[in-house]
Amino acid sequence: MRDFVNDVIKGIKPSGIRKLFDVADEMPDAISLGVGEPDFETPWHIREEGMYALQKGRTFYTSNAGMPELREAIAEYVKRKYKLHYDPKNEICITIGGSEAIDASLRAVINPGDEVIYPEPCYVSYEPCIRLAYGVPVKLELTAETEFRLTPEILEAAITPKSKVLLISYPNNPTGAIMEQKDLEKIAEVVKKHDLLVISDEIYSELSYRKPHVSIASLPGMKERCVVINGFSKAFAMTGWRLGYFLAPKELYGSIIKIHQFGIMCAPTASQYAGIEALKEGEADVREMRTAYDERRRYLLAVLKELGIPCFEPLGAFYIFPDISQFGMSSEEFCEKLLKEQKVAVVPGSAFGDCGDKHVRISYAYSLDELKEAMERLRRFVTNLREKQA
Amino acid sequence: MDRHTEERILELLEKDAKLKASELAVMLGLEEDDVSAAINNFEKTGIIRGYHALVNWDKTDDEKVSALIELKVTPQRGNGFDKIAEKIYQYPEVDSLYLMSGRFDFTVMLRKATMKEIAHFVASKLAVIDGVQSTATHVVLLRYKDRGFIMTDEEKQKRMMVNL
Repeated sequence: MRDFVNDVIKGIKPSGIRKLFDVADEMPDAISLGVGEPDFETPWHIREEGMYALQKGRTFYTSNAGMPELREAIAEYVKRKYKLHYDPKNEICITIGGSEAIDASLRAVINPGDEVIYPEPCYVSYEPCIRLAYGVPVKLELTAETEFRLTPEILEAAITPKSKVLLISYPNNPTGAIMEQKDLEKIAEVVKKHDLLVISDEIYSELSYRKPHVSIASLPGMKERCVVINGFSKAFAMTGWRLGYFLAPKELYGSIIKIHQFGIMCAPTASQYAGIEALKEGEADVREMRTAYDERRRYLLAVLKELGIPCFEPLGAFYIFPDISQFGMSSEEFCEKLLKEQKVAVVPGSAFGDCGDKHVRISYAYSLDELKEAMERLRRFVTNLREKQA
Repeated sequence: MDRHTEERILELLEKDAKLKASELAVMLGLEEDDVSAAINNFEKTGIIRGYHALVNWDKTDDEKVSALIELKVTPQRGNGFDKIAEKIYQYPEVDSLYLMSGRFDFTVMLRKATMKEIAHFVASKLAVIDGVQSTATHVVLLRYKDRGFIMTDEEKQKRMMVNL
């Protein structure tokens, strides 16, 4: 029989997160700090709206771009939060989570061979999505020295005549890095100079701990060259509802929506009703969850400092990315040992790109009790390691 | 320390009294000494009245129950409700006592009592207090939520590993 599989698919490696966690899953007393989703359940009033929609028989497709009421609520929300002005009629589209929006945006703009520049370490899907769209991934390796922020020099150095898209995600998974307005302004200058399109994944925008999030699309002259991705998963603890959206200038919107409408039709209707409630009444829930994450973040930072494990201060998302290079092993080896010896599962930094290999990703979307126990085990682990090394 | 921070310390302790001052300090970005001082002050001024475990007695073999008694009284000249309240809350059987708005005046909560003890308490101690007009006793059948915590065993969805 012929080999039916597409060559691009063959070239894509399976995710580096999976392996370790399949093992952890089999250990009943293992503590996993690997999941990248809120530990909070969706707030009750939001769940109720979803259920009410089902009870009332609101079970039909919505329009491809999503319910007008939800799109209007999004327009209002992004205006209030991030100073972004989008027309709900032809610049906002509801998607199946942020992931679909990223995929559709990339596929809508890339011609085979176009280069897509993106900083690493980053969310595990970016490189495969670029390849699946027949683009050429061009990674920019960032380090803790620059707090994992993209600098204009690093970006400029990677640009070639084939460069078309800059794909960024701040606050960042896995590093927790953010970009402030002054950082984004410099990036925007380079983007405009080289006529690039920015796809800005801002799914963690509500989880910014010191200063409010700034969207690159809100900078002068940037809206027309930006596709902003956001969603409900992280802000409102709605991961399983699969609800996201993209904001795009009119000129691009029609092309991205073609992929969405032919591939997906529309986002789930009950989820969209829940989403309206989230945007209109969920502000206090977001605040409460952000406060809890921030407290855990500070707790982890203090423990890591006490243990002598260097870690730059993450100011966004719910991940911390400590540097484990002092132990003289790869991040994968470190994680395997930690799981085997102390039954704590964290994600090797290498899963997010080679330049992450000096680090591990610890998610603090876990209760303080779980984090305390995990840190106690980590303490035992590093003490043992150091004794052996001495 | 500002009011907001003080309130946050109280909220966190109300949720988990086991949190140490050092942990609270780290979580809130404060100095440990300041947190300890604030907690001492809460204790001294009576803002914090005690530290208790929230026990779900329904999960033990204990067969005692809780009861909520509505009490209608005639307020006394000069003392309002306070004198009667004092008489009631002195009884060790009384777990909580609230003055209420609405069609009755006091709610008396009894915890961990047998039906016999409740009957005896209501008939021979509460009802005979001067000024008490009537009582209505309600027995707690099942505690679904207590002081903010859900007491029933909810089925939690296990978080599955996804590539994120």
